[in-house]
Amino acid sequence: MGARVRAELWAGVLWSLAFAAVAAEPLPVSAVAEGVYVHWGAQEDSSPRNLGDIANLGFVVGERCVAVIDTGGTAEVGRRLRAAVRQVTPLPVCYVINTHVHPDHIFGNGAFEAESPTFVGHVKLPQAMAARGSTYLHALERDFGDAARGTKVIAPGTVVMDEAQLDLGGRVLKLRAWPTAHTDNDLTVYDVRTGTLFLSDLLFVERIPVVDGSLKGWLALHPRILALEPARVVPGHGMVKGSLGGALAAQEQYLSTLQLEVRAAIGKGWTLRQAVDRVGTPERRNWLLWDSFHKRNVTAAYAELEWED
Amino acid sequence: MKGFVGKLLLGGLLGLAVVAGTGSAADEKAKDEPWPKLSKVLFGDRTIKEDAGDVLTLEAPVRAEDAAVVPIAIRTRLEQTPEKYIRKIYLVIDKNPSPVGVVFTLTPDSGKADLETRVRIEEYTHVRAIAETNDGSLFMATKFVKASGGCSAPAGKDLEAAMARLGKMKFRVDKEVAYNQPNQAQLMISHPNISGLAMDQVTRLYAPPHFVRRIDVSYAGKTILTAEVDFTISENPNFRFYFVPRGEGELKAEVVDTNDLRFETSVALRGAPGS
Repeated sequence: MGARVRAELWAGVLWSLAFAAVAAEPLPVSAVAEGVYVHWGAQEDSSPRNLGDIANLGFVVGERCVAVIDTGGTAEVGRRLRAAVRQVTPLPVCYVINTHVHPDHIFGNGAFEAESPTFVGHVKLPQAMAARGSTYLHALERDFGDAARGTKVIAPGTVVMDEAQLDLGGRVLKLRAWPTAHTDNDLTVYDVRTGTLFLSDLLFVERIPVVDGSLKGWLALHPRILALEPARVVPGHGMVKGSLGGALAAQEQYLSTLQLEVRAAIGKGWTLRQAVDRVGTPERRNWLLWDSFHKRNVTAAYAELEWED
Repeated sequence: MKGFVGKLLLGGLLGLAVVAGTGSAADEKAKDEPWPKLSKVLFGDRTIKEDAGDVLTLEAPVRAEDAAVVPIAIRTRLEQTPEKYIRKIYLVIDKNPSPVGVVFTLTPDSGKADLETRVRIEEYTHVRAIAETNDGSLFMATKFVKASGGCSAPAGKDLEAAMARLGKMKFRVDKEVAYNQPNQAQLMISHPNISGLAMDQVTRLYAPPHFVRRIDVSYAGKTILTAEVDFTISENPNFRFYFVPRGEGELKAEVVDTNDLRFETSVALRGAPGS
């Protein structure tokens, strides 16, 4: 038997093994552009009921292989995402890109390990995973019980300091590592062929944005994001129904109101606790999950802005 | 020597808590409550008056909105006089990796033993403030704090920014004080307060601990407040406290961290007209 025949046979065996391992129910995905697929996560708090399937996940299919962009909040969501990839293409997953450290974006990584992809993230992602990974895992095990089974932290093997390109075979993804904004390890992915920009959590739509990096840094990125003029964007949460400008303006309205009011609170000598109890109610009606995250945002904003002057 | 004993004590309790604090959801039960052990180590068999609202109360949020920055306030009812005053306040967070991460020492010159700070909380836990008066009596106030959900973590948000600003300090206080009565001041210290408990997933190495361990505040040369602390305190440690100025003077803070880096800041204060 020639080496080539043997290799092909092996490829066939591995392909069926891979398929057998993917017994999970595929996540529903939409083709938002040629070869670009998105699963729209639920606009809910992460819970055992939704298995942590709350973030938008995606994959892009090249001629040689597939890049997955974020993997969901549990190993099970990752398995389902992998099943969705398999429904679309038999090509291997060569890259798993994590857009930042948050658990709803990274905890499905383990489901792709069997395909030995290169895990890719912002240069500060390994450090953030080190500092937070065990806390996230512990909280997931505490809150999800059995539904957390198999979930683990997988750090990137390749990191992006500034910009990088991934070749999927006849198709190039441009990755960009941003300065501290939503977190200190935000990475965006741009599919050159279709002009699709995966902004991940640099853009929240309808769901309240979470400040876990720098409020000022995030606001400073808004004009830079707008200037990219992508053909379409995939936010980390929610769907852009109108223009990117409109979606960014809504987010800016929340973030700048937060900044204004927290600055005023600090100026008036309010304590952190007082600011948390009082700041920002006019924006409340505009956002989902306000009660879960607004107080937290006030806390983060206060801790950042009190060092001004 | 006193500092050394304090460090030993904190170190010992850290070990104890790491063992006690690694349980899973199922053991929220009483048998795993760390407080009886902690109480024994800290106070032996001494009586602690619980729910001591006539001496002190504790303010903590029902839910730790941001696990990295949980505001805690201790309010006291005693006036700090040379005859009777609160000389120590222990802040105990039962399920934290270092449950006794904050011990304040106060003096009659504190005027009022009210304190505010911010701590890290990553687990459903009791938070306790235990006041010890100068006659050795113990009083406790307790709150239960639920852990935050989602993507909140006790780690900082931007280590690089925190490192770049390390050691910068700031007092917030009215430049004109009221003599012979308690005045409030806020001390802000820029420091990443790294716990040393985070393991790098790639190298399997632990980032070395680097946190503020002691703070001394004085006014006109007299001690107002001493705090023996660790990484329980949030990144950029922040304290609000009271002091009683008897005349013009300098409010001064001296800070030492685990790398023996020393930082200090001071502000000259004088009486408001008519004080």
